[in-house]
Amino acid sequence: MEFLAFGKTGWGDELFIATLMTLAVSITAILIGFLFALIFTPLKLSKNKFLNLIANCYTTVIRGVPELLVIYLFFFGGSGAVMFVASIFGYNDYIEINAFITGSFAIGIISGAYSTEVFRGAIQSIDKGQFEASKVLGLKKPIHFFKVIMPQMLRLAIPNLSNVWQITLKDTSLISVTGLVEIMRQSYIAAGSTRDPLFFYSFAAVLYLLLTFLSMKFINRLEIKYSKGY
Amino acid sequence: MISSFPKLLNATLITLKLLSVSLVVGLILGILFSIMRINKNPIINKFAYGYSYFFRGTPLLVQIFIIYFGLGQLEFIRSSFLWIFLKEPYWCAIIAFSLNTGAYTSEILRSAFETIKPGLIEAGKSLGIQSKIIFFKIQIPIAIRQSLPAYGNEIILMLKGTSLASTVTLMDLTGVAKYIISTTFKPIEVFIVAGGIYLFLTFLIHNFIKFLEKKYSF
Repeated sequence: MEFLAFGKTGWGDELFIATLMTLAVSITAILIGFLFALIFTPLKLSKNKFLNLIANCYTTVIRGVPELLVIYLFFFGGSGAVMFVASIFGYNDYIEINAFITGSFAIGIISGAYSTEVFRGAIQSIDKGQFEASKVLGLKKPIHFFKVIMPQMLRLAIPNLSNVWQITLKDTSLISVTGLVEIMRQSYIAAGSTRDPLFFYSFAAVLYLLLTFLSMKFINRLEIKYSKGY
Repeated sequence: MISSFPKLLNATLITLKLLSVSLVVGLILGILFSIMRINKNPIINKFAYGYSYFFRGTPLLVQIFIIYFGLGQLEFIRSSFLWIFLKEPYWCAIIAFSLNTGAYTSEILRSAFETIKPGLIEAGKSLGIQSKIIFFKIQIPIAIRQSLPAYGNEIILMLKGTSLASTVTLMDLTGVAKYIISTTFKPIEVFIVAGGIYLFLTFLIHNFIKFLEKKYSF
């Protein structure tokens, strides 16, 4: 237990901060994922074949390629890409991107592909009459989307979004390869310096179980809230 | 880009080896644990539930690290015959992958067992068929057919999961891709080739499962 003491003698505070870091990366990543889903879900549902193709390419490629490979692409290629864009604007110095930003962006793009599929499924399973009714009533487009479609879509999407959240949370462990100090990286450091990998990796497993358990409780409450009246 | 292709193809063989061995072991584990899940004995039931909860609730990376870095620390494991396997990263990766996919497979099979209509089992019973034969000839074939689509997804997830073998020094497709990226510094080109190979494998698995689904549809 002295391994977990707070302060200079143990790893308790370091692991606590690392857990917060995992949570921060997961939340940033899933929000970035929602942004991507917001762009690609309409493309998937549009009648234009070309737009369909773009969205299908995105979801198929991201869901068919290992997460680790995507992270390596961003880790090794990220700063190169940014420097290329900056050089167009006449900035030629070396730019290093923060591991947090690369990591949450990489996981965000992955999580976005899953979210896109979830939102598409949810919108498609809303009764057609709802779309027609709001057209007949002459509702403006934003009101139609935010007041009619969105609440119904959320109810259908939440159970599947909870899966996406779990996948995203577990995927953040892969960012440790880029050196961002989250649970996995901190356990790696602690295991290296105390030579007790079994304890620290098992503790990391417990932390992840705790995170998934608590977030499931939270999501179940959301589910109840959004299924009122059904 | 073209010069890296043979190296990556070679590494694909290791990825496929890892995938096939862990899928076979995982399927056996999955069948065993799903039978335990539908068992009425609360201890057996809870044990199987705990197993699947742990392996589905933690990242695969943690599981590999516990097995590869963690277990070697225990003296009695190092002196036992298990050490022959546990000192090799290859076997550690396979153990971790098998346990992981076993947990997911057991959940898939369990839900398939639960969707079997009780009428079918009752019909078998009223015809006087032994419950063992009912299990092997009625429940298992139906459960396998029911779980094919979900199991296809699991195979694809596992294919992506094998990329984590590169974190324990195995040179699988992702490991070699990372090595080439870090020596040539051409991330996009290598990503396109390696990603293309993964996509092609995903495509093959997807179509194979579709073919099986059609063949065994009823």
